[in-house]
Amino acid sequence: MWTIFRKELSDHFTSTRFLITFALILMVAAVTTYTAATNLRQALEGVAKPSHVFLLLFTTSGQLFSLAQFNAFFGPLIGIILGFDAINRERNDNTLSKLISQPIFRDAVINGKFLAGVTTIALMLSSMVLLITGLGLLSVGVVPGGDEAGRLAVYLFVSIAYVSFWMGLAILFSILFRSLATSALAAVALWIFFSFFIGFAASLVAGAIAPVDNPRDPRQVVANRNAEDAASLASPVVLYSQATSTILDPFRRTRQNLTMVGPMERFSMERFRNPLPLDQSILVVVPYLTLMIGLTVVCFGLSYVIFMRQEVRST
Amino acid sequence: MAAVIETQGLTRRYGRFTAVDVLTFQVQEGDVFGFLGPNGAGKTTTLLMLLGLTEPTSGSARVLGFDPVRQPLEIKRQVGYLPENVGFYDELTARENLDYVARLNQLPAGVADRNIATALGQVGLTEVGNKRVGQFSRGMRQRLGLAELLIKDPKLIFLDEPTLGLDPDGINKILDLILSLSRDRGITVVLSSHLLDQVQRTCSRIGIMMKGRMVATGTIGELARRKSGPDEAGETLEQIYMRYFQEA
Ligand SMILES: Nc1ncnc2c1ncn2[C@@H]1O[C@H](COP(=O)(O)OP(=O)(O)OP(=O)(O)O)[C@@H](O)[C@H]1O
Ligand SMILES: [Mg+2]
Repeated sequence: MWTIFRKELSDHFTSTRFLITFALILMVAAVTTYTAATNLRQALEGVAKPSHVFLLLFTTSGQLFSLAQFNAFFGPLIGIILGFDAINRERNDNTLSKLISQPIFRDAVINGKFLAGVTTIALMLSSMVLLITGLGLLSVGVVPGGDEAGRLAVYLFVSIAYVSFWMGLAILFSILFRSLATSALAAVALWIFFSFFIGFAASLVAGAIAPVDNPRDPRQVVANRNAEDAASLASPVVLYSQATSTILDPFRRTRQNLTMVGPMERFSMERFRNPLPLDQSILVVVPYLTLMIGLTVVCFGLSYVIFMRQEVRST
Repeated sequence: MAAVIETQGLTRRYGRFTAVDVLTFQVQEGDVFGFLGPNGAGKTTTLLMLLGLTEPTSGSARVLGFDPVRQPLEIKRQVGYLPENVGFYDELTARENLDYVARLNQLPAGVADRNIATALGQVGLTEVGNKRVGQFSRGMRQRLGLAELLIKDPKLIFLDEPTLGLDPDGINKILDLILSLSRDRGITVVLSSHLLDQVQRTCSRIGIMMKGRMVATGTIGELARRKSGPDEAGETLEQIYMRYFQEA
């Protein structure tokens, strides 16, 4: 398996498409950090004792979006790019039948590819976070404290899990579909659906299970709203955004929208605006993380089972 | 002489279609076994089952004394398989492709280097060893495929239409190479092909498969006698084959 792992890894790092994606991501990260830092510097002027400034680099939007948003949106694309042709390219090139007629277990092929992909993702995201740290040091002069470093580590971990999920999904499609174009399109379609249309789908679902007959009945509205939130959690994109916003924004107390919070509650929130400690934040994130890793494991498991049963012949 | 391949009622169905139908045959050590049959007879399917790449629906097989279903790794360690269409990693050089296969076979580095050099020499690709396979011609790829089998020092090789798409000179070279492997290194060869004069030139024994069944096995002389009586022993393989074909 390690032989396959090493080959896949070197394939990733020498492929043009990986280099382009990587360059693009680092570039966007740099530009966004830079603009965010500029905005931050202005905002922080005159603030006596700002806290958690470093994390603001991720959550402040530059021109258009914040880095956290960018990752939530484009992370899947990285995963898809790394995985969509994992198996079907080898099948079409007839290298798969050669590969499995060597004295290796068949699952070594899929394990090696998966592991190489996750390693690539980890390296990519880590270098991105390092780059941002460096830029932050230079432009704002903020040094991440211990608490912030911990949060960043958790953020990195959750992000790796998230991108790995999309890679797992893409690999699954590369096993299911013979054609490269089909597997890429299928993965991209799901990505677009989960990014853009999930809100719409979730409100449909919520309308079905918790209809609001009387818009003035607060209980009905709340039930509908809860159903909608729950339904939208079916989207890994939403899962990821919620998990990371809790981790990156320590002042966030609740996962609910502000509209849902009563006036007294809001008052108390503002009154006691202390950061949620890191361990508490992690507690909030764990269920999301578990779900995301669970989804990845499901993709991997399905890929594994289907691949092991597929007949491979060269055509 | 020991049987290198032995099957007992080997059967493979795809849905309701029977691709290989209660196949029982043997290949002896040192044979160059010509595996004949029209398109769709089930030759490739049989080879896949012998390698443990496809599970038989029923029946059993032994290859070098191992059961392909339970001990596929032992078989793959000693058996080289050249599929109908060989694939390579086009962005790697010939040598890198071979090196990858050597590592998958867990050959020690020194042995691998030596075997790769020898194999490239045997198939006449030493000069282009550092060229990307993407730039290879069909014949060069076919020869590289053979080299890939040789680096693991196999006891038995399966060649599925190894001369497909080669020019006459290329065909002769490959056939000569196959013969020398059998003669000098004692490798048992199973060769599937549609080009009967080639098979007649190279193979010591023949098996003819039709619609998933083995309709005849033996030397060319034996097949001729069985089909057409003792006075027809001089018939070419082509004539014999056509008789079996018309009968089926
Ligand atoms: N996955 C599959 N599903 C259904 N039928 C299959 C499948 N694979 C092979 N077959 C059928 O099994 C039969 C035997 O195929 P096989 O490839 O073994 O033939 P072959 O003897 O190698 O033919 P050729 O000389 O054309 O290579 C064919 O009729 C083919 O259509
Ligand atoms: Mg065939």
